[in-house]
Amino acid sequence: MEDKKSKRGKFLLEVIVLAALFILVQYLITTGLLNRYYQINLTLVVINIILAVSLNLINGFTGQLSLGHAGFMAIGAFGSVIISTLLGYPFILGIIVAMLAAAMAGFIIGVPTLRLKGDYLAIATLGFGEIIRVVLQNIDYIGGPAGISGISKMTTWPVLFISLMVTMVVIVNMINSSYGRAIIAVREDEIAAEIMGVNTTKYKVLAFVVGAAFAGLAGALYAHYFYIIKPETFGFLKSFDILVMVVLGGLGSTTGAVIAAIFITVLNAFLQEYAAVRMIIYATILIIVMIYRPQGLLGNKELSYKILKKIWSGKNASSTNK
Amino acid sequence: MLEFIQQLINGLSLGAIYALIALGYTMVYGIIMLINFAHGDIMMVGAYVGFFSISILGSNIIVAMIFAMATCAILGVVIEKVAYKPLRNSTRIAALITAIGVSLFLEYVVLYFLTAQQRVYPDSAFPLHKYHIAGLVISNKDIFIIVSAIILMIILQYIIKRTKTGKAMRAVSLDRDAAVLMGISVDKTVSVTFAIGSALAAAAGVMIGLYYNTINPLMGIIPGLKAFIAAVLGGIGLVPGAMVGGFVMGVLETLVSGYGSSMYRDAVAYGVLILILLIKPTGLFGKNTGEKV
Repeated sequence: MEDKKSKRGKFLLEVIVLAALFILVQYLITTGLLNRYYQINLTLVVINIILAVSLNLINGFTGQLSLGHAGFMAIGAFGSVIISTLLGYPFILGIIVAMLAAAMAGFIIGVPTLRLKGDYLAIATLGFGEIIRVVLQNIDYIGGPAGISGISKMTTWPVLFISLMVTMVVIVNMINSSYGRAIIAVREDEIAAEIMGVNTTKYKVLAFVVGAAFAGLAGALYAHYFYIIKPETFGFLKSFDILVMVVLGGLGSTTGAVIAAIFITVLNAFLQEYAAVRMIIYATILIIVMIYRPQGLLGNKELSYKILKKIWSGKNASSTNK
Repeated sequence: MLEFIQQLINGLSLGAIYALIALGYTMVYGIIMLINFAHGDIMMVGAYVGFFSISILGSNIIVAMIFAMATCAILGVVIEKVAYKPLRNSTRIAALITAIGVSLFLEYVVLYFLTAQQRVYPDSAFPLHKYHIAGLVISNKDIFIIVSAIILMIILQYIIKRTKTGKAMRAVSLDRDAAVLMGISVDKTVSVTFAIGSALAAAAGVMIGLYYNTINPLMGIIPGLKAFIAAVLGGIGLVPGAMVGGFVMGVLETLVSGYGSSMYRDAVAYGVLILILLIKPTGLFGKNTGEKV
């Protein structure tokens, strides 16, 4: 009974904190205290969090290395723009279509490729991601290589906030459910999981489809903020960007993915003018993290109040010892 | 029909280049089960070394190629020692991500120091000459590329089949633990493999410089991927497979851009990859081995 009560209290606290955050940012935007530069980076932070958390579901929790996440983002971006800009339907329908289209692509790609293992899967998803890009470049209806411009800006802070919350709630709850346990079992040992009666193909495809759908969502948000989209934006370098976030944060840690996405986006903002330096730093991060901490900075641990408290009390204890 | 044969000839020199790159992929994979994503970028470094030795040192194409091969052999060994060796016992995904890191690192370090500007391979190194035979056009570049690629492949075959080092390489790729018990130094063998693979990639880099005339720091990505596909097509880990796969990919690519749309040229390569992975993941020459628990 006591436990249930404290859980409810914690949930309430979380809702209050998040609502306060939402209102605060909204206030800052409407009063103009948060200028355009910060707004752009805030938008990128949210989009990158969605991308990193959704890729983490595939790469980190299911253990299936996918290098084609940008392809699903592209499908979401173009799908939503076709609905909203070219056909003139409301944005919300665009978002739904984006997610459905990306999920469908995820299913079509996932069913055959997820039979492959490890590095073969990585290459196959990389290939599919590139095929998506090349095909988009060859469709005249969506502007070919030039892409679509003149997309009206509809990704506002409330839209971003709700999208982020939906992503987090769906993915975190999925991981903490029986689905999540099955997915983690597949990562830990596929053969053992299969023997225990887990339908490994089903769960792998499920994780892939859900991850793809949220990548589609991120694509739709991206397209409706930046006015113009080109297929080449969603090349495999974009996929690597997202991979860096997931690897840095920890393969299998949602909070890790969130922190890494924020960190990388801020780093990007600072190194905007030094693209080459940025990529060298990325590359070095990838290599060093893999050599010294192959499970990522947070590993598969989640940052929670408990751990924070522990670190805090540990620090206090050590300082009193001195 | 004449046009078809012409396309075939054009495809052969491209295929020879792919085959050389694919050999490096396949050798490394055969020994440490790692897709060396940075392999295409080693090729890029080779192209640059070749470029500078022609334009600054004024060497001829053969010297430039040897120079590039030596430099990249060292580079390959260094990369293996620094980045891949610490990961030899960790998961394959960790190794793969590291390889992606190394690839990005090479690309952008070169980009940083030499800028993204395209560089034109000096014509003086290899004056173009075209021969017309029975309605077909063959350039001396094509002949040079194909002949030198074949010579390199013969040398490689000799090393693998007839020398002690080659024997060690074959032993390590067959069973690493047993090889250690037989007194073979795995570290040394892996280093030699990286050196040979990288040297072949460097030769391919100089050839790509001749073939496309221009080089840039990101030139390694696409040929690298295609060569990897060639290696998978032939059966990754198998040296003859990589050669055949490379030629098939090269010919296929020129046929697609000759008859279809050149926009789809790259997509076809990925299509081939996915088809082969779905139908016969072990490649054309590979044998099926069941997964053991």
